Amino acid sequence: MAVLMEKKFPVEAGAYETAGEVSTTIKRTLKQLGVSAEVLRHVSVACYEVELNLVIHSDGGALTLQVEPDKVTLISQDVGPGIPDIGKAMTEGFSTANEEARTLGFGAGMGLPNMKRNATEFDIQSEVGVGTTITMSFALDMKG
Amino acid sequence: MTIGDVKEILEADVLLGEDRMDEEVDTACGSDLMSDVLAFVKEKAVLITGLINPHVVRTSEMLDISCIVFSRGKLPGPQILEEAEECGMTVLATNMTTYTACGELYTHGLPGSKRRAAPEGA
Repeated sequence: MAVLMEKKFPVEAGAYETAGEVSTTIKRTLKQLGVSAEVLRHVSVACYEVELNLVIHSDGGALTLQVEPDKVTLISQDVGPGIPDIGKAMTEGFSTANEEARTLGFGAGMGLPNMKRNATEFDIQSEVGVGTTITMSFALDMKG
Repeated sequence: MTIGDVKEILEADVLLGEDRMDEEVDTACGSDLMSDVLAFVKEKAVLITGLINPHVVRTSEMLDISCIVFSRGKLPGPQILEEAEECGMTVLATNMTTYTACGELYTHGLPGSKRRAAPEGA
């Protein structure tokens, strides 16, 4: 289906102070487009989680927002370091976050499972030494 | 329950949103772990936390949390209040501990947030 809007936002590794600003921008953009509050909350939570993951775990990357008539898609791409064991990373409570992230209230090992819980479709591909790509789509008529 | 009721029950000071005391809240969550807040909270919720940093406001904005209560007499700095004001949030501060504040609200009939079902394979 036709892509109505596509925007790419760079996310800097280790930028804890500004982490969340991209998610705020994306939320406000989608709100202006008239996306329902329910869908908006699912997109926002998943977006914030993935943005924090880029800040906490990656060597830098970017978030891409795509809007189509029937769905919103978020794509997170980073330049490393990659996840050695995706199964483990998807387990609630498993975390490799550093002390700084934990001090801010994150790094509890809830991020990836929570993204999957909020998205209609969730896909993660990762290669050690290359990077990780997470693709999440959200149906615009989703409920609950 | 209204935010005004929350203020009375917790004997809290209003740091932001004096004009929003009539807004309704349906649930509450008490946590210093924003990871858990992101996984549990639904709309029209009050967040009670002893954690003071801008991510408390950013996490709340993502979840449409309309009211944050800072517990244990901790007060947020100007940057946190500015961000909260920009989002139209109400901010309260209580001397109660998080445990006591949650207990008081629960006793007065404000339930906890229920978690969404876990995804398959997670």
